[in-house]
Amino acid sequence: MSDALKKDFEALVGKANVMASESERFSYAYDAAVLDPVMPSLIVRPETREALGRVVKLANDNGLPLTVRGSGTNLSGGTIPKLGGLVVLTNALNKILEINEADLYAIVEPGVITAKFAAEVASRGLFYPPDPGSQAVSTIGGNVAENAGGLRGLKYGVTKDYVMGVDFFDVDGEIVKSGSRTVKCVTGLNLHGLMVGSEGTLGVFEKITLKLVPPPLAAKAMMAIFDDVNKASEAVAAIIAAKIVPATLEFMDNFTIRTVEDFAHAGLPVEAQALLLIEVDGHPGQVADEAEKVEAICKKMGAQRIQVAKDAEERNKVWEARRAALSALARVSPTTVLEDATVPRSKIPAMMHALGDIAAKYQLTIGTFGHAGDGNLHPTILTDRRNKDEWRRVEEAIDNIFDVALSLGGTLSGEHGIGIAKSKYMEKETNRATILFSRRLKKALDPKGILNPGKVIGE
Amino acid sequence: MSDMRQLLKLLGELDDQLVSCMRCGMCQAVCPIYGQTGREADVARGKIALLEGLAHELIKNPQGVQDKLTRCLLCGSCAANCPSGVKALDIFLKARTILTGYMGLPPIKKFIFRGLLTKPGLFNNLLGIASKFQGLFTSPANDVIGSSCSKILEPILGERHLMLLAKTSLHKDIPSLDTPAGKSGLKVAFFPGCLVDKIFPRVGHAVLKVLDHHGVGVFMPEGQACCGIPALSSGDRESYEKLVRANLAVFAGGKFDALVTPCATCTSTMKKIWPAMAGGMSASEQAAIRELSAKIMDVNAFVVDKLGLTPPAPAADAVSVTVHDPCHLKKSLGVAAQPRTVLSMNPHYKITEMPAADACCGCGGSFTLTHASISAKIGQQKRDNIKKSGAQVVAMGCPACMLQISDMLSRNGDSISVKHPMEIYADSL
Ligand SMILES: Cc1cc2nc3c(=O)[nH]c(=O)nc-3n(C[C@H](O)[C@H](O)[C@H](O)COP(=O)(O)OP(=O)(O)OC[C@H]3O[C@@H](n4cnc5c(N)ncnc54)[C@H](O)[C@@H]3O)c2cc1C
Ligand code: SF4
Ligand code: SF4
Repeated sequence: MSDALKKDFEALVGKANVMASESERFSYAYDAAVLDPVMPSLIVRPETREALGRVVKLANDNGLPLTVRGSGTNLSGGTIPKLGGLVVLTNALNKILEINEADLYAIVEPGVITAKFAAEVASRGLFYPPDPGSQAVSTIGGNVAENAGGLRGLKYGVTKDYVMGVDFFDVDGEIVKSGSRTVKCVTGLNLHGLMVGSEGTLGVFEKITLKLVPPPLAAKAMMAIFDDVNKASEAVAAIIAAKIVPATLEFMDNFTIRTVEDFAHAGLPVEAQALLLIEVDGHPGQVADEAEKVEAICKKMGAQRIQVAKDAEERNKVWEARRAALSALARVSPTTVLEDATVPRSKIPAMMHALGDIAAKYQLTIGTFGHAGDGNLHPTILTDRRNKDEWRRVEEAIDNIFDVALSLGGTLSGEHGIGIAKSKYMEKETNRATILFSRRLKKALDPKGILNPGKVIGE
Repeated sequence: MSDMRQLLKLLGELDDQLVSCMRCGMCQAVCPIYGQTGREADVARGKIALLEGLAHELIKNPQGVQDKLTRCLLCGSCAANCPSGVKALDIFLKARTILTGYMGLPPIKKFIFRGLLTKPGLFNNLLGIASKFQGLFTSPANDVIGSSCSKILEPILGERHLMLLAKTSLHKDIPSLDTPAGKSGLKVAFFPGCLVDKIFPRVGHAVLKVLDHHGVGVFMPEGQACCGIPALSSGDRESYEKLVRANLAVFAGGKFDALVTPCATCTSTMKKIWPAMAGGMSASEQAAIRELSAKIMDVNAFVVDKLGLTPPAPAADAVSVTVHDPCHLKKSLGVAAQPRTVLSMNPHYKITEMPAADACCGCGGSFTLTHASISAKIGQQKRDNIKKSGAQVVAMGCPACMLQISDMLSRNGDSISVKHPMEIYADSL
C-alpha cells in the first residue's frame, strides 16, 4: 500500500481509525474458520456511514480488494482477506437508528451487536427471533451477509425472514436503496433479497431494516431421552406430522451427551444414544396443549424418559445443557471443526449413520449436535491441526460429509456460509450454469472484483 | 537473551496453550478494553493470534506484539467466559516474561522492581519518608473520599485524583503479630498486601478487629514482600521469583489454618498465579508454593465460609451501599456472595445493587498509568453505574479497585465513600 493512498484513507476516516502496523494488520488476518491467515495491507474503521461509502469508492478507484468485517465470527473464512488489500471494520457503526413499536420494524447500522439489539427490542416488549450461537458478539451486518440462523429457526425462520430492507453502497460508493418499512413491497427488483447471504461480495450494507414480532406469552421446555437415533428422528418427524411446530427442536448424539455431562455435570443420561431438547411457545393454552401432545408422541416413538421443565429454573437447565455443547466439545482437543451440512429432516438417521461410518473410516472423533427440527446438524470434528496426518484425514472426512449430505438431497451449509471454506464444493451442489450466472452477476455489479474477492463463487 | 531462536523456542513452549483458542471471538463480549476500542488486537483472540503468528514466524516484530499484550487489564474476563477454556491469563503472563526476556526491561521498571520492590526494607522506608512530604505536592480534592490532586505531578500522574500514602503504614503501627487461636479454634496468617499496608491501613486494622472479635489467632510476620504481580505483569520474572521466595520464607515458620488477604489481586495471584508460574523454581520451592497456595483465601470468604456469619436485618434508617465485584475476586476465585454477607453484618447498611456490578473498574495495576485514557473511560462507566444505584457508599474487596474507583468518583465530584466490606463490618463491632 502506497503512503499516499494510506493518507487518503486517513483523510476519510481520521488517522486514529487507520491501522497499518504489522501486529494490527495480523489481527485481521483470520476469523473463526479453521483456515490459514492472510495479511491485509490496511485496516480502516469508519465512524460514520458517509465515511464508509467514501472508503468503498476510494478502494474501487484504486482497484483495491475490500473485505468488510463485522465481528469476524463467521466459520467459513468470509472475512479472511484472501487477496490482501483493505479490511473495513463496521463495529463503529453501531447505532440502533429506530425501533418502531407501532409498525413493528427497526432500522439499524450494520455494526450493531445482535444480542444488544435483541435486548433493546425485548425491553420495548417486542421480539427479534434470530439467535445465532454467536449473538453475544456477532453483528447484524454479519448476520444478514451470512443469513445466520439459530435455535429458533424451525418456527421463526432465519435472518432472511426478518430483513425488510437493506440500503447498501455499490462499488462507486453510491447508496442503493431496497425494500421498505412496510410489510408489503414490490417496488423494483428484490435487491435486499440479493444482499442476504451475499457475504460481502455484492455490496456494503449501510442500513438494515428488520421486522419485529410480538413475543410469545408462554413457553415450555422438555428433554426426551432415546436409546436409538432412529427413534429420536422418527419422533421429530411425528411431531411435525402432528402439525406442531416447536420453537426449538434440538438434537445431541451420545458422544456430545457424554462430553457435556463430563464438563457441566448437568445430570444428563450418559447412556442415551440421542437427546431431543424441545420447546413449544405461544399462548399459554396452546403451549400446555402442544406440550402434552409432544410428550405423548415422544413416548409413542419409544422415548425412554421425558423430563418436562416445571419452572423457569428447570427450563434454563435444559438450555444450559444445549448451550454447553460447543464449549464442552471444544475442550476435548486443540482444534474444533464445526461443520454445518444440512439434510431434509427425514434423512437425519441416514446422515447420523453416515457420520458414524466416516468417523470410523478416518479414525476421527466426531460429536454431533444441532437443529434436528430443520435437519441442520453440526458434526463437530475434534482434532489437532498440528498433526499433519490427522489433518489430512479431517479434510478427506469433510469432503465425504458433503458428498453424503448432497446425496441425501441436502445442502453444503445450513447457516455458516460458503466463504473460502466451501466455495470449491459449490458446483457439486448446483451446476456449472449456476456458478457462471453468479459470476456474471458479480462481474456486472463489481467489474474490478474488489468486493471480498475469492469468496462464495470462487476465482 | 536477545536471540530470536531462543524467543521462538520459548514461544513454541506456549503452543499447546495457544492452540486451544478456537478463534470463536466470544471474548469480544466481555473484554473491557475491546469494549472501548473495538480493536481486535486488544481482545484475547487477537493477542493469542499475535503470539501464534510470532511463534510461527508469520510476523516478525516482537515489540509490536508486546505493545499489544500490555494493552490488557489482566482482569480475566476473557478466560472466565471462554467456551474453549483457554487459560488466557497464564498465556499473557508467560508471554510477557518471554518477550521482556528478549527485549529487556525498560530502565525505569528495572529500577523500581530490582532496586526497590524486591528490597522490602528499603521500599518501606522510602515510602515512609515519602508519606511525610507528599502533602507539599498535593492538595485535598474530595473530603468524603479523602482524595487529593496534584498540579506539580500532573505530567506524571495526569488528572488523577490520588489516595495519598497513609501517615502511618500498618506495619509501622503493628510490625508483627503472633496470637493463638481463640474461641473459633482457628488461626490465620495475615498478608495485608502493599496497598492496604501503605495506603489503606484502615482496612488492615478492620480485618484484625474482625478476626479478634471472632477469636481467630493471627500470624503476621515481619518482612512480607509484594505478592509479585507488578513485576510479573511487566515481564520481570527474576524480580517476581525473588518476591515469591521472600514471602515463602517469612510464612514458612508459622502454623496456621488459612492465609488470608484483604486484596483480591494478591489473593488471586498467590492462589492461581504462583502455582501456574512456578515452572522456573526448585522442586522444594514448588512444593512450598503448592502447600501455601492451597491455604490462601480472600478474607471475606474466610470469615463467611469458615466462621459462619448470620447477618441481622438492616435497620430502618440503614445507609445504602452498592457492591463492586473485583475481577480478581469474582472471575478468578468465584467469590461474590461473601463480601455482601460480610457488610450485611452491619445493620446500618443495606445493599442496593448497581448495574453490571462485576464489570471491571479499569485499574489493571500499572495499566491505569500506562494507558490512562482507556483506563479512565472504563472507570467512568463503573462510576456511572455506581451513581445509578443511588447508594451513598460503594464497597469492594480489593484496594486496587478502591484506588481506581476513588479516583473516578473524586474526579466527578461525587459524595460517595469507598470502603472495604471488612471496614463496614468492623464499624459495627
Ligand atoms: C461460537 C459460534 C457460534 C455460532 N453459531 C451460529 C449459529 O448458531 N448460526 C449461524 O448462522 N451462525 C453461527 N455462527 C457463525 C457466525 O457467528 C455468523 O455467521 C455471524 O452472522 C457472523 O457475524 P459477524 O458480525 O461476526 O460477521 P463477520 O464474520 O465479520 O462477517 C461475515 C460476512 O459478512 C460480511 N459482512 C459483514 N458486515 C457486512 C456489511 N456491512 N456489508 C456487507 N457484508 C458484510 C463479511 O464480509 C463476511 O463475508 C457461529 C459462530 C461461532 C464462532
Ligand atoms: S473466547 Fe476463548 S476460544 Fe474464543 S476466541 Fe476468545 S480466547 Fe479464543
Ligand atoms: S484479561 Fe481482561 S483486558 Fe485482558 S484481554 Fe482478557 S478481558 Fe481483555
